[in-house]
Amino acid sequence: MSAITADIVRSHGLSPTEYDLVLSIMGREPNVTELGIFSVMWSEHCSYKSSKKWLKTLPTAAPWVICGPGENAGVIDIGEGLAAIFKMESHNHPSFIEPYQGAATGVGGILRDVFTMGARPIANMNALRFGDPSHPKTRRLVAGVVAGIGGYGNCVGVPTVGGETNFHASYNGNILVNAMTVGLAPADRIFYSAAAGIGNSVVYVGSKTGRDGIHGATMASAEFSADSEEKRPTVQVGDPFTEKLLIEACLELMATDCIVAIQDMGAAGLTSSSFEMASKGGLGIEMDLDAVPMREPGMTAYEIMLSESQERMLMVLKPGSEDRAKAIFDKWELDFAIIGHLTAGGRMILKRHGAVVADLPIDPLAQASPEYDRPWTPSLKRPVLDLADVPAHDTLPTLKTLLSCPDLASRRWIWERYDHMVMADTVTRPGGDAAVVRIHGSNRGLAITTDCTPRYCYADPHEGGRQAVAEAYRNLSAVGARPLAVTDNLNFGNPEKPEIMGQIVEAVQGMGEACRALDFPVVSGNVSLYNETEGKAILPTPAIGAVGLIEDLDHMATIAFKAAGHSIILLGETRGWLGSSLYLRELCGREDGAPPPVALHREKREGEFVRLVIGRDLVSAVHDVSDGGLLVAVAEMSLASGIGVRLEAPHGVADHGWWFGEDQGRYLLSAPVDQVAEILELAQRAEISARVIGVTEGDHLILADGDQVAVAELAFLHEGWLPAYMSSSSDPNP
Amino acid sequence: MQAAVILFPGSNCDRDVAVALEASIGRPPLMVWHRDSDLPDVDLLVVPGGFSYGDYLRCGAMAAHSPIMREVVRQAGAGVPVLGICNGFQILTEAGLLPGALMRNAGLHYVCKDVYLRVERNDTIFTQNYATGAVIRIPIAHGEGNYFAEPDVLDRLEGEGQVAFRYVTPDGARDPAANPNGSRNHIAGIFDQSRKVLGLMPHPERLADAKLGGSDGKAMFDGLVEALS
Repeated sequence: MSAITADIVRSHGLSPTEYDLVLSIMGREPNVTELGIFSVMWSEHCSYKSSKKWLKTLPTAAPWVICGPGENAGVIDIGEGLAAIFKMESHNHPSFIEPYQGAATGVGGILRDVFTMGARPIANMNALRFGDPSHPKTRRLVAGVVAGIGGYGNCVGVPTVGGETNFHASYNGNILVNAMTVGLAPADRIFYSAAAGIGNSVVYVGSKTGRDGIHGATMASAEFSADSEEKRPTVQVGDPFTEKLLIEACLELMATDCIVAIQDMGAAGLTSSSFEMASKGGLGIEMDLDAVPMREPGMTAYEIMLSESQERMLMVLKPGSEDRAKAIFDKWELDFAIIGHLTAGGRMILKRHGAVVADLPIDPLAQASPEYDRPWTPSLKRPVLDLADVPAHDTLPTLKTLLSCPDLASRRWIWERYDHMVMADTVTRPGGDAAVVRIHGSNRGLAITTDCTPRYCYADPHEGGRQAVAEAYRNLSAVGARPLAVTDNLNFGNPEKPEIMGQIVEAVQGMGEACRALDFPVVSGNVSLYNETEGKAILPTPAIGAVGLIEDLDHMATIAFKAAGHSIILLGETRGWLGSSLYLRELCGREDGAPPPVALHREKREGEFVRLVIGRDLVSAVHDVSDGGLLVAVAEMSLASGIGVRLEAPHGVADHGWWFGEDQGRYLLSAPVDQVAEILELAQRAEISARVIGVTEGDHLILADGDQVAVAELAFLHEGWLPAYMSSSSDPNP
Repeated sequence: MQAAVILFPGSNCDRDVAVALEASIGRPPLMVWHRDSDLPDVDLLVVPGGFSYGDYLRCGAMAAHSPIMREVVRQAGAGVPVLGICNGFQILTEAGLLPGALMRNAGLHYVCKDVYLRVERNDTIFTQNYATGAVIRIPIAHGEGNYFAEPDVLDRLEGEGQVAFRYVTPDGARDPAANPNGSRNHIAGIFDQSRKVLGLMPHPERLADAKLGGSDGKAMFDGLVEALS
């Protein structure tokens, strides 16, 4: 083994101070295998060293939380003996370098996080951010990412039921691919990763180990530069067919009584899975790397430990159950190898070709990883825009512009490439406020949403963090689901820059406030930092994934109007807030002004009210008012149904503020006329502002002054943008 | 009535079709693992959708050569009805039970959406609960559903009434825009000559429950139960 030079340390992403800590932990100079293990364990991706201090401030407890952050995924009790297990995770850097495989393995990884815990995955979601549509790489990245997500999810047979997609120039060199999986398990059959039982077998199952993905976690913890595409060999290659077999084999084994602990091999592969299992159990592991199933001969200990080959799991089995477990993996034609056993020592001892090649203490690596209190500066507050200072554009042409702009145009082109119906429990197809998936064999459902408004987060990270959580809460409430818990995916730039660290701190504080106010604990999450290229950071994007429960699918809501002659009721207050709005960006070419504030005390009351009127079958459709404002929300309800509307004139706010302001905490309801009085009375009793703003009729959207547009024309514009964009051939790098 | 669903590594619509079958039959079908060489005596064999063997080599090609498919072919020859859905249809063509092939979609993309199908004839065990000429709404979810056969084979299929379903507009018109994958003659599903073997790309099991937004697929399973009980 060659001596460790400063260059080798630097190429492993460790700072000189961190290397000094390595030396003091080891009491000697590490060999290169050991250094590689330190490097991945202490990477930002695996250790959360910059964000840990702030993540600890998020609320994680509630009576229905079975397992919060720290395990592979969060677990909540959803009654009737069942648990929902879910998490969202980023695969940003690999997806930019190799969009198909990057996105595909992102889906594979998050699926494993969920079925590792004993759950059958029942739904996938994704939150995607791409660069400016006119950037030469954007089209190819959209095509590759969408194909990769579909290619993996469709084959595995888990429906991709929804998500969100934004475009913004800040993502030109650094797209975001955040994937979320939700699974179901018996509440008393959750599997954890803490190893137990000295002498028990450590078993490797799944695909063979190859040289792919080595140092993926380290790559995900550094800024990009112009030569980042040379890192393509660090992107893993996925095989969804093997994943499908692995799901079935693991669930079959989990139905027996063989497993003590189980952990998927995700980022940092065999290294992080073995260290985490041992550390959580307070034990050591001795592994013979010769026994690891390998794709090619001659792999070194360094390569075996750092490989990020996909579709692999590590398990600790009960003594004597090895043969039974092996028979199941043989049936599914997957590798099964006993590669080591648990020891009392608290050390990781690795052997290769009969010699000890690494001997490391476990806890200092797994738990004493560096934790930084990085300096941060508060974000500058932007002034609140005066509505009178924002130019007014004609209402219907503005509506047409907004409905066909990249951030609001229909995503049908994307979700029709995902099998969103397999498993035959998809109650609401993509395009609604939240996806609704039936709990198999019952009449209950889970509602799932992903939300974040990066332009608000950039304008004011604190307010943006609050808004992302509130928006998720609203989307769940709008389908009639009781919001239960949150998973977060914090995507930011380089935390070593105080202004970026400030964004992280403030966004997390804002999220925490909203989660506390809404009884909406964070049960799992993932942090992706260093999302910068050539020193330019992405918009801060703390994506929120959330899950809610519908107790009776006969009492839920969708956004589509159901009949003509129904009244349209607006809940919440409208001041005409155009700061940081889509109107300002798309119509005025400006991205300034403070974002709309969220009134958390009102959010909760309104959410409860919406669920009440849905539960009592008083309303025929519900939609939350978000990007683009009131008129866009009305139009979306028309587009989903083909039914037109006749709208009243604005109430006390200038036209452009009334129709396109993005004031928070608002919902639209439609209801048969004879139920309106009861709804308004209930709203008054709950101290919620509510007013009738129009009625459904015909097939046109008609304003009070008689201006009108056919719903079919809006549909043509709304559906047209993305297919036209994806089929145009102006891409210089196809 | 007893049905059996054949399971290959990578099948992923097996549970969905089992649920639909159970709802119509009143009892669950047998689930038969591809390595089981004995196929029990049943009234209906179903080859479900999914990605058998990961679609490696060619969709359905590897499953078609598994031992269980030799048994399926033998039983089909003896008159046992066989239903192949999506990847199951691909397997049945690869196994030679049905003519033609399923090529990559003309649009080159995987597509998951509802389509409209015209029922070409209702004097079969699969379609007896539909009216001839009826238009039904059923989802598709495939990347390789573009039905192809040589012109003489197409002529024979048309001449002998072996076309089961065709992609049409909601009004029943054979408009090119209603063909989601470029299939020859808008073919969505075909029978063998005995009309006891049906392969189709759309998934009737996915809209066999009003809770999921439609139940046009249920009539196929109900009709099978009436015909085979």
